[in-house]
Amino acid sequence: MTDATSQTGLPGAQPRKSLHAADARTRRRNASEARFRFFGAAAIAISILALIVLLTSVLGNGLSAFRQTFITMPVALDAKVLDKSGTGDIEVMKKVTTIGYAKVIEKALTAALAEKGIATDGLDAKQISGLLSQEAAASLRNQVLADPSMVGQTVDVKLLANGRVDGFFKGRVTMDSAKLDSNISPEQLELALKMREAGLMSVSFNSGFLFGGDASELRPEAAGLGVAILGSAYMMLIVLVLALPIGVAASIYLEEFAPKNKWTDLIEVNISNLAAVPSIVFGILGLAIFINFMGLPQSAPIVGGLVLTLMTLPTIIIATRAALKAVPPSIRDAALGIGASKMQAITHHVLPLAMPGILTGTIIGLAQALGETAPLLLIGMVAFVREFPGAPPEGFFDPASALPVQVYNFTQRADPAFVERASGAIIVLLVFLLLMNAVAILLRRRFERRW
Amino acid sequence: MTLMKLTASTIAIAAVSATAAMARDNIQIAGSSTVLPYATIVAEAFGENFDFPTPVVEGGGSGAGRKKLCEGVGENTIDIANSSSRIKQSDIDLCKTNGVEEIMEVRIGYDGIVFASDIGGPDFAFTPADWYNALAAEVVKDGQLVPNTAKTWADVNANFPAQDILAFIPGTKHGTREVFDVKVLEAGCKASGAEEALVAAKGEEDGKKACLALRTDGLSVDIDGDYTETLARIAANKNAIGVFGLSFYQNNTDKLKVATMDGVVPSTESIASGEYPVSRPLFFYVKKAHLGVIPGLKEYIEFFVSDDMAGPEGPLAAYGLVSDPELAKTQEAVAAETPMGALN
Repeated sequence: MTDATSQTGLPGAQPRKSLHAADARTRRRNASEARFRFFGAAAIAISILALIVLLTSVLGNGLSAFRQTFITMPVALDAKVLDKSGTGDIEVMKKVTTIGYAKVIEKALTAALAEKGIATDGLDAKQISGLLSQEAAASLRNQVLADPSMVGQTVDVKLLANGRVDGFFKGRVTMDSAKLDSNISPEQLELALKMREAGLMSVSFNSGFLFGGDASELRPEAAGLGVAILGSAYMMLIVLVLALPIGVAASIYLEEFAPKNKWTDLIEVNISNLAAVPSIVFGILGLAIFINFMGLPQSAPIVGGLVLTLMTLPTIIIATRAALKAVPPSIRDAALGIGASKMQAITHHVLPLAMPGILTGTIIGLAQALGETAPLLLIGMVAFVREFPGAPPEGFFDPASALPVQVYNFTQRADPAFVERASGAIIVLLVFLLLMNAVAILLRRRFERRW
Repeated sequence: MTLMKLTASTIAIAAVSATAAMARDNIQIAGSSTVLPYATIVAEAFGENFDFPTPVVEGGGSGAGRKKLCEGVGENTIDIANSSSRIKQSDIDLCKTNGVEEIMEVRIGYDGIVFASDIGGPDFAFTPADWYNALAAEVVKDGQLVPNTAKTWADVNANFPAQDILAFIPGTKHGTREVFDVKVLEAGCKASGAEEALVAAKGEEDGKKACLALRTDGLSVDIDGDYTETLARIAANKNAIGVFGLSFYQNNTDKLKVATMDGVVPSTESIASGEYPVSRPLFFYVKKAHLGVIPGLKEYIEFFVSDDMAGPEGPLAAYGLVSDPELAKTQEAVAAETPMGALN
């Protein structure tokens, strides 16, 4: 029967043509195949284009944040002004405020300009010292208080230049815009140019951006990410230490021990549900439980870490369960078969084999938590924090900021110099995310076993 | 084994968090995003020059800040609420129910609200009536109350160029909007004679409320973000006019052109003298129960209102705060820790 049909064809079918010449139906099929591929390629192209636009805008705006204009000049630290008692007593020296130090720097700048023979016609003292950042006095004061023996000597110091001067060397401020700008004049910029030629002013790598604290709107040039990076690191540490063991324990129980009934079903549905809950909800929960009920301090990494732990747990549990499921039952059966207990089978065989998957899931969960701002809004971490938190564990309770929060804060400031800072902060955040994802891929590649 | 270690460290962390009743040694501040830059400037200088840590300053809005202040007394509540409008009776009542009995009111100075457009555009000399006629839902035309159909500024006032009307005004959650409503729309409503007509048509209360009703055809746009968003929108749409704080404008004079109001150019001087009409006082509110408990709180307040900071030559004035002519009185009140009386 089958032979007969295959030779004569179905009743009413077209007579068979050569397989080499495509008929209309094959052509349609091929065309739709080509279209299908084209749509896929177009989707990829659109994503790549979006990525390129994003990266060029972020890199174009932000790379300049890693370089900064500095003024290097000798400053005579007059003992009469800075150490009134003459005994080097630190408590007495602390009485001299940054206003006093600003005057010392102003004097030093005028002297340095005179020494290099740079004319400052038409500029008053306030305009000349306006080339310096207001941070300069504070940084000099800190240097002197850290090493009181400097008083009475003339030391070479590297001080931040004003944000507008810095913007001029980076192309953000031009002579034309300076004419309209109430914070800087073209004459001041010309003086800056002369100072650069004379070697007083230079543009160099800005370590303060990575290691300094935040700064107010009067000194955008001094704003840094140090507190935010440390705060984010503390929170990630807390999330890792809490979420990994809790998540793994929960998954092992659900996957290996729990009876299959409606209770476990309910738990399962809830875990998947929690993974999709908007993160701000966890912030509200954190405010109610950790701050209002438990009395933990506001703006502290411990609260941020706990909130992010709750947010990351579902992700880790889902990834871990998938990794445990991927371990073939034959391994469990073999272990149980030669007399291992259930716990031995899991801790000696199943868990080590599932580890790469678990770690990958954890790292992806952490990366997600690292970029989260919304839950931190409600627990007081979206704030101006200048002071570094202490060393852990006490430091977990000190106020700190976080990287995405710092991006958000920078974008809200009035001074245009904060635009580059915001993009610079995004670059730092992206680098961290990239590193974490690279580690996740590496772990998967190196240790994953396929059956 | 590793699992055991992890569990052990988890328990250790949990133990640490349980003993969290540590003394707070930093000041916590929250509230108005208008006051935020001033507060950060003072906080920064305070941390530099005193032996206390730099205070932590949060934004979030005036209302949210005052609510947080009134949450209760204790180290996990904030010490100071910044506010760009005066505290409300409802806030004071909330404070009372939560045990916050005494609050100090500190006025730090005045803030101007300016109208600015793209630097390349034409000059404008506004009056509140112009703004009312441009943005209100109903205006008076030839003695009749009619829906607003003005499309260009020339339709509003023949002296203006025929530029399309597009205004970016602060959203209703901002304290700035309140000032805009009172000092611009209400004043313009009265000046243009629309208030009379509206009150005649709708009765005393509804008529006055109708003064604040804005047109809904998209020519008046509420901005819920910050001034940076308004600036970005103006950069994208050169015809638009936006509402900014004076300090924001002063930091962006190379991009924005400011309009006069009633013929007065906004500046710290014209606002201090009261000539420029659209301004408001800025405040912060201190929880008195925290004085002497949180280290440095009194010093911070005194430092904030000192002549070095809030005076006419201080850094706050340099940033755009209009210094309070009665600063000396505020300093006295702060030194004496006088709590605020009932609202009048």
